[in-house]
Amino acid sequence: MNASIIQSRPDFAAIAAWIPEGSAVLDLGCGDGSLLRYLRETRKVVGYGVEISDANVATCIANGVNVIQNDLESGLADFENDAFDFVILSQTLQATKHTEALLKEILRVGREGVVSFPNFGYWKNRLQVMLGKMPVSHDMPYQWYDTPNVHLCTLHDFEDLCATHEVSILARHVMTEGNDVNVLPNLLGSMAVYRVKRAG
Amino acid sequence: MSNSVGIVKAQRATFDTPLTFKSGAVLPRYELMYETYGTLNADKSNAILICHALSGHHHVAGYYADDTKNIGWWDNMVGPGKPIDTLKFFVIGLNNLGGCHGSTGPSSIDPATGKPYGSSFPVVTVEDWVNAQARLADQLGIQRFAAIVGGSLGGMQAMQWALAYPDRVAHVLAIATAPHLTAQNIAFNDVARSAILTDPEFHGGDFYQHGVVPTRGLRLARMLGHITYLSDDAMADKFGRELRHGKLNFSYDIEFQIESYLRYQGDKFAAYFDANTYLLMTKALDYFDPARDLDSDLNRAFAAAKAKFLVVSFTTDWRFSPARSHEIVHALLHNRRDVSYAEVTSDHGHDSFLMEDTQYIAVMRNYLDGIAEGISK
Repeated sequence: MNASIIQSRPDFAAIAAWIPEGSAVLDLGCGDGSLLRYLRETRKVVGYGVEISDANVATCIANGVNVIQNDLESGLADFENDAFDFVILSQTLQATKHTEALLKEILRVGREGVVSFPNFGYWKNRLQVMLGKMPVSHDMPYQWYDTPNVHLCTLHDFEDLCATHEVSILARHVMTEGNDVNVLPNLLGSMAVYRVKRAG
Repeated sequence: MSNSVGIVKAQRATFDTPLTFKSGAVLPRYELMYETYGTLNADKSNAILICHALSGHHHVAGYYADDTKNIGWWDNMVGPGKPIDTLKFFVIGLNNLGGCHGSTGPSSIDPATGKPYGSSFPVVTVEDWVNAQARLADQLGIQRFAAIVGGSLGGMQAMQWALAYPDRVAHVLAIATAPHLTAQNIAFNDVARSAILTDPEFHGGDFYQHGVVPTRGLRLARMLGHITYLSDDAMADKFGRELRHGKLNFSYDIEFQIESYLRYQGDKFAAYFDANTYLLMTKALDYFDPARDLDSDLNRAFAAAKAKFLVVSFTTDWRFSPARSHEIVHALLHNRRDVSYAEVTSDHGHDSFLMEDTQYIAVMRNYLDGIAEGISK
């Protein structure tokens, strides 16, 4: 299972690399639970997911993953301060309405946050906009009229948001089609994973 | 879901060791009615106990040879190929102490007096029930349940198992339940009890000797209960303002269809259910509060639990609302216990837990399949 998962979700390996064995992990918008399952198998984490979709909740349960059915937008009231070593928001940030409030909640509940999202500043996206079209790509496979993504951003935008909210960026991993990008990341990277914590 | 466990037979277990109730009362001997479905495996690790709610009993699934229309109350959940799969699990249903379906209760004869217990039957709590259930498990040779499943008051028993006997239950499925009743919920129970207690034919609980039954009180109690088990929308959908005779009659007879439904349900229930049992069941609901002696700290109460939990609530259930299930989930998360929580969108209010909703069935099936995978054949 692991090999195929890593191929379809290159951010999973990047996320796992930051998570020490046995950590307590909360995965927000956990989908079918495959990241949690991957982390349990590779990192022996104690993990929980939060998911709103009925179908995904049923699949998580079938996958033996702890899942709490709830709407992220209504906050993380089930979870206490510093309840988790890591709170993960994988490819979900851009689809949240109350993005700022959620970022605060992530760092209330988790000692650290891990956030991944598609980079709107990736050159192929910029090119499509230049050519007069909304971008459609592997990381953003939607048409403008059916996309769940309401808060797309570039790496610079996200880093500005972190600065505004006194969020420290501990590490950043930028990728394109699974390969690391170290030069001009905001232009050449199609997606990014950040490791963040409360400043001070 | 037509697969049935088929013909079933109720059994009677007898206990001669006195049982001390939470109240301090002692029952020297007692009997419990139960049914089983499926086969207990060699290492006795595939047993599931079904705990019933207010009006439930041991007849959970299947039907009787001499009464084929009497189908178990959770037949849509329990059977071959159903979520609680009797091809994989050994399933036990029982009638709790104080019940009126054959287990020792207020309508049973007290051997000490030769008369029905009536008002002298001890007030029974969820803790007492679970202790009695544990003795039944002992008698059946089951040291540890693969799962204990219950909805509503049954969910309270399932939770209590995890708190009182943490090593005897691997999984708890707590459905449409709460860690304790709210004041509003106790209030509904008190109105129901008042209807029974003030019925002139109640005779302080000893109506058996008078050859009467407080059916009026019991009927009112059930009517009130039914209102709270349904959602506003479900009632509007089912009955609306529909008139039974198509016109207003300017009388106090049944005019609206909802009145007809409630009175029918009340009459049906009052014809077979015991008034004292109804009082006991509502009292057990009111008293359940595992955090009571722990400064009302549910986190501390759940520290004792070792079981993995599935918690399920229904969006339109206002008697045991999703918020109450979240309290259970919160306490389990605090203690880092394995827990999954499903909030099922359903129109049927509290009654949803007995219905056949697709998502509810999928969640139950997937969770129970996972349990079955972990059990040796």
